[in-house]
Amino acid sequence: MNPVPDIFRILPEVVLTLTGVAVMLTDATLPFHRPRRPLGWVAAFGATFALWASLWQLSLPMGTGFSGTVETSAFTVFFHVLICGIVLAALLLSLDTLPEDSHHQGEFYALIVFGAVGMCLLTGAVELLVVFIALEISSIATYILAGYRKETGRGPEAAIKYFLLGSFATGFLLYGVAMIFGATGTTQIYEIARLAPAAENHSFILAGLGLMLVGILFKVSAAPFHVWTPDVYEGALSPVVALLSTAPKAAAFALLLRVVYEMLPSLRSVWEPLLWVVAVLSMTVGNLAALRQQNVKRMLAYSSIAHAGYLLAAFAGLGSSGIAAASFYIAAYAAMNVGIFAVITLVSGYDDQLPLIGDFRGLIYRSPLLGSLLIFFLASLVGIPFTGGFFGKFYSFSAAVGGGAIWLALIGLLNSGLAAAYYLRLALVAAQRPADQTFAAPAPQVGVAVGAALLLAVAATLVLGIAPGDALQAAEAGAYSLQLPPAPASVPVNAAEPQTQP
Amino acid sequence: MTVINQLILTLILLLPLAGAVLVALAPDRGKLANWIALATTLVTFLLTLHLPAHFNPAQAGFQFEVSRQWIERPAIFYHLGVDGLSLWLVVLTGLLAPVGVVASWRAIQERRKLFFALFLVQQTAMLGIFLSLDLILYYGFWELSLVPMAILIAMYGRKNGPRAALKFFLFTFIPSAPLLVAILWLYAHTGSFDFATLQLWIASGALPAGALWWAALAFLFAFAVKVPVFPLHGWVADTFSEAPVALAMVVAGKLGLYSMLRFHIGLFPVEARAVAPVLVGLAVVGILYGACLALVQRDFWRLMAYAALSHLSLITLGIYGLTLTGWEGAVYQILSHGMVEGALFLLLGVLYDRYASSQINAYGGLAAKLPRTATFFVIGSLAMIGLPMLSNFVGEFLILSSTFAGLSRGWATVATLGVILGAAYMLWLVQRLFYGPPSALAASKLPEDLRLGQLAVLWPLAVLMLTMGVAPSLWLQSIEKGVHPPRSGARLGAPAVALPSVTARLISPLSVRLSSAPRPTALPISPQISSQISSPISSSGEGQR
Repeated sequence: MNPVPDIFRILPEVVLTLTGVAVMLTDATLPFHRPRRPLGWVAAFGATFALWASLWQLSLPMGTGFSGTVETSAFTVFFHVLICGIVLAALLLSLDTLPEDSHHQGEFYALIVFGAVGMCLLTGAVELLVVFIALEISSIATYILAGYRKETGRGPEAAIKYFLLGSFATGFLLYGVAMIFGATGTTQIYEIARLAPAAENHSFILAGLGLMLVGILFKVSAAPFHVWTPDVYEGALSPVVALLSTAPKAAAFALLLRVVYEMLPSLRSVWEPLLWVVAVLSMTVGNLAALRQQNVKRMLAYSSIAHAGYLLAAFAGLGSSGIAAASFYIAAYAAMNVGIFAVITLVSGYDDQLPLIGDFRGLIYRSPLLGSLLIFFLASLVGIPFTGGFFGKFYSFSAAVGGGAIWLALIGLLNSGLAAAYYLRLALVAAQRPADQTFAAPAPQVGVAVGAALLLAVAATLVLGIAPGDALQAAEAGAYSLQLPPAPASVPVNAAEPQTQP
Repeated sequence: MTVINQLILTLILLLPLAGAVLVALAPDRGKLANWIALATTLVTFLLTLHLPAHFNPAQAGFQFEVSRQWIERPAIFYHLGVDGLSLWLVVLTGLLAPVGVVASWRAIQERRKLFFALFLVQQTAMLGIFLSLDLILYYGFWELSLVPMAILIAMYGRKNGPRAALKFFLFTFIPSAPLLVAILWLYAHTGSFDFATLQLWIASGALPAGALWWAALAFLFAFAVKVPVFPLHGWVADTFSEAPVALAMVVAGKLGLYSMLRFHIGLFPVEARAVAPVLVGLAVVGILYGACLALVQRDFWRLMAYAALSHLSLITLGIYGLTLTGWEGAVYQILSHGMVEGALFLLLGVLYDRYASSQINAYGGLAAKLPRTATFFVIGSLAMIGLPMLSNFVGEFLILSSTFAGLSRGWATVATLGVILGAAYMLWLVQRLFYGPPSALAASKLPEDLRLGQLAVLWPLAVLMLTMGVAPSLWLQSIEKGVHPPRSGARLGAPAVALPSVTARLISPLSVRLSSAPRPTALPISPQISSQISSPISSSGEGQR
């Protein structure tokens, strides 16, 4: 059997890097007055190509490359496809909604693509230093993107808040890595998994795990590390929030899965109660705070905190059922969240002309299409059956119940009942008759690119809600590949085929 | 014929959905949406009539069954079927759909497309609740039914739509959270969402009894809110006074009552028997409480809401009396009450559209101006009161006599008092609306009596009320086969002959699974095990019933 060239192991990242560099350099060489919009199409094309490249990676035997630092497996492919899909949708969304004359548009597209490189690498890295580098690549890109709106004070505020808190969190992560390295003498995740149970300095490993969890939970905006979320979401451009609230979280959850299930499964008795508490805190804090919001983006920011909580409930699940449920939930959450932010971008404008819940009044009368889509995505966020949100919750909580955490599931489902109150408030406002017929905000226009993004989101939400079998199978294949013992490159494991039985 | 029998339930279920898509895609021109909706609901109703025509009352168990795997893991099946319990409820849902369309014909003037599209989605959801035999499928339709309802109440509410919609949604959505947890818990222990399989599992006694109690309670709680049962009726008055007529006539009652019969008592007979006295007490309180509140209402929608609470409590009494007669009466009364309420709501909707008021004292003396409306309203009211020869009489009589004979004379007497009060508020309503001196409001508008379309649905309804009143055996025959009140307190629903082998097969993989649970790779339940479980059961399960 031929060894797989190392470069194939990071093919999507390579594609994305090349795209980003091309976009950035073209942007610099183009005359000042030339429109930058075509660069967005280049970036979108690059993301599509990267998506295809990740799917192609399924044909590779599962294994690691670059001296055991990056891995391709069904797990990494699942998250690569997800992240590339989100990035594609976010690019399409920005293409139509950013005004023609907005500054630094070329950089904007390049940054999105570079961020995607970091996120993809994060899901594939099996070496803690590469993990750290990937996290930094994705974080720095998103810090800048968060501050892209310079005309108001909100944008820089968001960026600085995100940057300061984010750097602290990454610092925690790095400390954790150092502790674990100190205890085991390695940063390779499989090696750590092998050495950790027998390590002499057990307290170092515990401390390392705790510090790493702080860093990762910050990235997924789980309570009590969530305080940055509403401010950043409010300050950033809506298309950026569509990306920010989904892709980096997906990558961070992939890392969390890797850390707890692959690196330190032996410490399950430690991290499981911790995540239990964080899950309950996140959903309760997120939902209670969201109830009081008047600003749509802030409300959705708190809702994303709550969703992080529902997702963490899946970590109570045993083995692959928990991993698969968490992976599936991320996909479902990403589909509906990108969709709802696309609708919000179209309705309130990329720079939040109409940010309040009251501004959405009578949306369904102004624009039946957008109004219906808004209600559809909200229904999915509530978790109404036959949408992706339902099966996300279903798998997550059934994993929790399967793992014996009935109370967690009960708290989670009661929370989702509570959450229905604020989602529904927005949906009902949109369905209400407009107060004043003469006030007619123009019906937003839906362009080709943004139409494609919406179609992608609707299709994904519906498919995950009506025929979730394939996506779940992919998630389960990923789960098995994550749990396999370290596979040397010489052992071919067909990553495309899920192993049906443990 | 077998092909049709195979497909009929899927057709019934999906036709309204297809109609909804058609309405959504059709151009927004004139009354096109109304006509598509009417055609869809009429065809659906005709299709539902296929069921009683080809239903074999001699055969026990589910008929017209369809079972296809929907999702492999967890094992969720697209499993539909009807038995004597759900048969006529499906037909009733089919019947009320065109009535709803006719009732909305003139009431809905704007955004017709959206209204009828959502109305048809609602039909699919309700039919799905009655047809599903897989718990997750059932839960899916149960939740789905809330969404169109809430949106339509918000959009077409009379005064304070969004508030009422939110109240309705939260009241019914939050209790379904424990329901889902209970379903997931059952799955985690049995590896199946299938109704018959779960019934056997629970009957076998292999599940921990304490936890089963909680599961049964979670089921009951979700259903009791939906019915509503006495202290949980907070949503009903606001919903009735805000909801469009077509939805108000279906929102309460049959979904929750059917679910109680099928999924609470059907799955947890022992727990249901233990909790039944509480429910009986609450039901009797509800009968009196609803009737007393109905007496003092000034708004006819609210009056109808409390009247519904009273009548539905009577049905709850019949159900939790746990006698065969009581159950027959309960199912019969669900049908009859749904029909009578549909007719009355249609008529009140006509009045409201014409006079734009729901204040009872604004009306008066309409009988001379609107003789047809008055006639049908009187017929409907008499049926509602339970006059002999009309449909409600049969159900009420069966329920009350079973309570008297099988349960307690005291409760029966108190419940009968509620029925008498029912006559009082209904007759008083008729008198205040239609008789006496004509009011200023009635004089202000030109009289416009029922139109052809309305007559076309009211006549059949009136004939049906009479038929159901004089020839109840046409219906009771098939209902009888479908209802099986639990007989004793012992946890042994299945014949002892078949049980040991079944439980052995069921339990052995479970214990294997439990012992292997700490292994990180173990699934909650593997597909092989679940197929092992479901295949022997579904074959033996039919033989046992």
